[in-house]
Parts: sequence; structure tokens; C-alpha cells
Amino acid sequence: MSETERHTISVLVDNEAGVLARVIGLFSGRGYNIESLTVAEVDAANALSRITVVTTGTPMIIEQIKAQLDRLVPVHRVVDLTIEGPYVERELALVKVKASGNRRVESLRIADIFRARAIDSTGESFVFEISGSTDKLDAFIGLMEPLGLVDVSRTGVVAIARGKEGL
Amino acid sequence: MASRDMTGSEIVIKALIDHGVDTVFGYPGGAVLPIYDALFAQNALRHVLVRQEGGAVHMAEGYARSTGKVGVVLVTSGPGATNAVTGLTDALMDSVPVICLTGQVPTHLIGNDAFQEADTTGITRPCTKHNYLVKAMDDLPRVMHEAFHVARSGRPGPVVVDLPKDILMGKGAYRGPDDVPHRSYRPAVRADRDAVAEAVELMATARRPLFYVGGGVINSGPEASKRLTRLVRLTGYPATVTLMGLGAFPASDPQCLGMLGMHGLYEANLAMHDCDVMINVGARFDDRVTGRLADFSPGSKKIHIDIDPSSVNKNVPVDVPLIGDAGTVLQQLLRAWKALERQPDRKALAAWWKQIEKWRGRDCLRFAESKTSIKPQHAIKRLYEKTLGRDVYITTEVGQHQMWAAQYFKFEEPNRWMTSGGLGTMGYGLPAAIGVQVAHPESLVVDIAGEASFLMNIQELSTAVQYNLPVKAFIINNQWMGMVRQWQELLHGGRYSESYTAALPDFVKLAEACQWTGLRATRPDELDDVIDAMIATDGPVIADIVVEKEENCFPMIPSGAAHNEMLLGPDEKAEAPVSEEGMVLV
Repeated sequence: MSETERHTISVLVDNEAGVLARVIGLFSGRGYNIESLTVAEVDAANALSRITVVTTGTPMIIEQIKAQLDRLVPVHRVVDLTIEGPYVERELALVKVKASGNRRVESLRIADIFRARAIDSTGESFVFEISGSTDKLDAFIGLMEPLGLVDVSRTGVVAIARGKEGL
Repeated sequence: MASRDMTGSEIVIKALIDHGVDTVFGYPGGAVLPIYDALFAQNALRHVLVRQEGGAVHMAEGYARSTGKVGVVLVTSGPGATNAVTGLTDALMDSVPVICLTGQVPTHLIGNDAFQEADTTGITRPCTKHNYLVKAMDDLPRVMHEAFHVARSGRPGPVVVDLPKDILMGKGAYRGPDDVPHRSYRPAVRADRDAVAEAVELMATARRPLFYVGGGVINSGPEASKRLTRLVRLTGYPATVTLMGLGAFPASDPQCLGMLGMHGLYEANLAMHDCDVMINVGARFDDRVTGRLADFSPGSKKIHIDIDPSSVNKNVPVDVPLIGDAGTVLQQLLRAWKALERQPDRKALAAWWKQIEKWRGRDCLRFAESKTSIKPQHAIKRLYEKTLGRDVYITTEVGQHQMWAAQYFKFEEPNRWMTSGGLGTMGYGLPAAIGVQVAHPESLVVDIAGEASFLMNIQELSTAVQYNLPVKAFIINNQWMGMVRQWQELLHGGRYSESYTAALPDFVKLAEACQWTGLRATRPDELDDVIDAMIATDGPVIADIVVEKEENCFPMIPSGAAHNEMLLGPDEKAEAPVSEEGMVLV
């Protein structure tokens, strides 16, 4: 059996009712993995949304996923960023930490190192906003855990190809 | 016509007519009453009233597969739509162009658990090629035209258009179909030129070539079958045909090895196992065909023509994919083959044919005749021989009789054979035959049935009578769910759990009660007369052919086995007992 690979795929779709259900239904119906999936309208004039999906599978499964996505009627384009060339990916997280005393100071210090911003604070808590790679977010959340991590909300990965070409 | 002077229902009917629809298979109900009103007021469209919505979809499938046109279904909301789900899934698996118009509760009630409300687009999303819920009047004409485009282009399939009652009753403007390309849906038609060149080069280097022909050729239209036949004859290569492809290449052609797969012919399966270049034209490496994947045609380079890129490299990795319409790509291959300078190795080809003839010599479809009971194989063989030269269409149900029909009935042209291949839907054959007969009122249409399957949509007997459709049901009656019994015998230690139908109806009396003619043969010497009488009868006929009860269907590749491990007959035992892995497979 071939090795499992992680791929980031961008999908340009018509922003119409049911399109997200079609994409998600395809993954669940055919047993494909979704590590993360984000969707938002990116072109209101043309009613286009962009879905970024991070998935894992053997090369044959990844090829299937792309072909199956492309087969959906409202799908305009499917681009495998992992294969097509260099790209950047980012994820954003809001991280709530409840701490006092040294732990409170330590959480601020770590946030500074990770370039996270405190966007809400009370006498005994912070909400940090942090963006970056999935690994960086994982590391930050891991460090907050012993300091009093309460809640995490993450966007999932968004990605775009480097260079001047569009999707 | 820009003025808003048509109701939604009238727009629906007008769109159907503009797309050349002449028949709608349907069943009325509250949410679609406005469409039935519009139907009442016109004469261009014929409506066939079915007895259950599931039957309507199979009728539309039979209509579509025997004509190449789109089959149209009209059902109400809620249970009307959910009853259609099996047929829609069947059409999706077998790539049949069907449009199913479903009524829906008015838009302001959607989501309120209203009477006869169901989330039709939600339920049918995974079992349609695409579906629409029309929420705005202005979208209606576009959606109707798009539905036809999506259903019949590319890899054909079922499309649902869900129509809320307020849309059907509202007023709007009709726009005719136009040629504006779809925003996002653009199926490939022509294959990449370099890939075509690579494919013919590979074909020319073959020493043991084989064409593997599937239903995609039939879906592409009759011209594709003609081109395929030209190409196969030009090359001199052998061709095997899938269950869905029967008729795409003439069965009587000496180059035709017949059907392959689980109950395929010995020569076809061994040729598939041993070939060195495989040319797959519109087939999808279905598990019924491949057997154990790891040992499927292990030594071959594979060319795969398919209009659906997701069929390529799904189960079996291929060397040269040709993405496009089978008919168009075959034309490209024909041109490239004729222009080719290198010639195939004729000596190697002769040796290959010699090997194939040896396999053919096993005569794998031979069976022991009986003087006391009718052998099911014999019954189908006689049906074939007695209808030879007639304008005949065959549908089937699902099970042993279906496989015997595929083995013993020979098809010379496409669109003559309608069977539920991918989904394996028992109850398909009777309504499908009715749909075929609607499209071909003068032809002989026979549903080769098993008695268990036949009961699954038995209510449609009444539909055939209402529309004077002289459908013939040729029931291979062994009182068992034959294929289930066979698997229980061969794979489950002879534990015949719930596979015997102990209280079958008397099919002759049933026929008479439904205003059909009922005939029965129980002894071999009665068979020919019953077949003759069935053909000679003007109206619909049930021919109850009481056959040998425990006959098994051979050849058979046990589940999880490879092509060269097939069982040829009842006296052969599998070399090894079926593995756990094999047992898990269906």
C-alpha cells in the first residue's frame, strides 16, 4: 500500500444553496478524510465561494477526491495546492486562557513570542488571537494548556498559491 | 415571450415539450396537482399513470435506455419523492439519463414538517447526478433546461427538480433553451491528442490484446457501437463485453468473447487475465468484473476510455487514460490506427487466438439437459432461438435468471438490453419493460424475470393493462431467491436461511385477475408451445416457467477469487475454500 499524504486542495464553487452539503456529503459518503474545511464567498459579483480542504490519503485516493470534486456540477475549479507548486497556508485561532499570578504573566510572555494578540481581557482571563501554520497553533495551544486553557476556536486552514497567478 | 403570463406548471410543461419529451411517467398528489392541471389542458405530452412511484423511475429508465432519450418522471412531495429514491440510485449507478420532477410544499412551509414534506434535495443529493430546489420563479426556465443538459451530457444520470407548490401556481415568463454554456459544468468530449497517439502505439505493440467493452459505448449512442465494431474488426483483436455493454458489439461476431466477470464466460475471463494490452472502452472496472483486484489482469498495460475522470484509476491503475465521449474517442482511435505505420505482430496475434479458441473449446455454457424438468438455461436459450430475427427488447430483474439471460440471450445491437447492473435492483424488470414498450409499441418486449423479483413491483401489471402495453413476463420460477440460495449453498454451508418463498401466488390466476394472459410450462415438452403462445398473444402475458429448483449459475468466480480461479460447473469445487476476505465481499 502506498504512503498516506496530506494535501491542501482549493475548490472554487458557485455560492448556492447546498453546495457545501454536496462537498461534505462526498467526503463522508465515500469515506475520505477531512482534516479541515473552510468556506466563504470570495467573489460576490460572480457568486463564487472558495473552499479550502485539507485531506489525507494515498495518491490514488487523493486523485479520486479531486476527480469526484470536479464532477460536482457547481464546482468550477479544483486545484491541488500541494502538487501545483509553492503556496502559503494560514489558520487563525481564538484561545481563551484563565489564569492568575505567574501563570497569567507567563501566558502573556508566550503570546508575545508567538505574536499572538490579546483581544479580550478580564481580571482573570485573556482571549488571544493567533494566526499561522497549523503546527504553530498546535504548539501555542499546547503551551497554554497547563496555564489554564479554557476554550479554543479555530478557523481551519486557508491557503493560496504563491506568485502572480490566480486560481 | 417576456410577459409573465404563464404559470410555473405551464413553464414546466413547455420546457418538457421544448426538450422533445413525449411521455411522462408519474403519480399525482397534493403538491403536484398544479402540474396535473397543466397536463390536463394539453395534448402534446402523454402521461403514464403508474401504481407506485418506484415503478415510474424504472419505466423512465427503460424508456431512456431503449431510446437514448431522457426519461421523465413526475411525482408528488414527501412519499412520492422518497419512493423514487431506489430508481434514482439505480439510474445513477447505471448512468441513465432521467429527470424526476418532484412536488414540494410551498416555499414558506419548507422546514416546518408540513404534510407530505420531505427534504427531497437532501435525501436525493447522493443518489442523483445533480438536483435543484426551485425557490424563485425566475429561476424555473433556466433550471428546467439545465436539468436536461446535466442529465444527458457527459456521463448521463438522474436529475431531480424539486418544485414547491407556490412556484407551480405563480406566474412567470418562459425563456426557451439557449446555447449559453453552463457556468461550471463542461464535460470533456474529445480525448487528448497525445494520449490517443500513445494509445494506438501501445495497441500496435500488443501480442495478446483485448477490448473490454462497457455501457459507456451504449450511452454514447448507436454510432459509438458502429465505430467500436469497425475498430475491433480492423485490428482483429478479441473483445469482451460487460453486463452493461451487451449489444455494444455484436454477440455473433467471431471476435466477440461474450460477457466477462463473476458469471462471465471462461474464454472472456481467461483472456482478461492473460492479456498484455487491455483497451477498456466505457467500462469502469466494477468489482463484479475484476474479482480479486490484486490478481486482476496482472500482466497488462491498460488503456481506459471514459467520459468520467473519476472512473479512471479508481479501482485499477491505468497506463493511458483517454478522457472523453466513447464515440468521439473511438473515432479518434480509428483515424490514428489507420494512419499508424507500425503493424501489430500478426504471428503473436494468431497464437493468441489459438489460445482463445482452446478456451472456447471448453464450452463453458454447456449444461445438463433434463427430460423431466425445465432447465432455466434451456428456457432462456429457447426464448432466444424463438425470438431470433424479431424486433425484440429484453429487460430483467436481478439474480440467477439475469445472469442466465446475459449468458444465453445474444444481443447484436445496442439499446436492446435493459438490466439493473450497478445497483442490482430486484423489481426493475417489469416497470422497465413497460417503459420500453411505451417507447416501442410495436416491438416484442420481454421481461426475463425471477418469481421473487417479479413480486417486488407486481402492482405495475395494472399499468400495462391501462395503456394496452403487450409486455411479456417470462418468469423463471424456481420458488427460491435463486442467487441467494446459490450463495448459501456455495458459501454459507447450505444454510438456506429465508431464501425460499413458501406462499407464492398462482401466477396464471394472478395474470387473469389483472387482465393479463397467464400461461404455464412445467415440463420440457411444454416449453416451446408456451413461448410460441406468449409471442403470438396480442396483449400482455405472464409465462410462468416452472424450472429446476436448485440449478446453480455457472461459470462463477467465487467472491474474492481471481479470473483464473473460476468454477465451471457443479462438479467443480473451489481450489481453496472462500477466504474470510472473500466472504466479506458481496
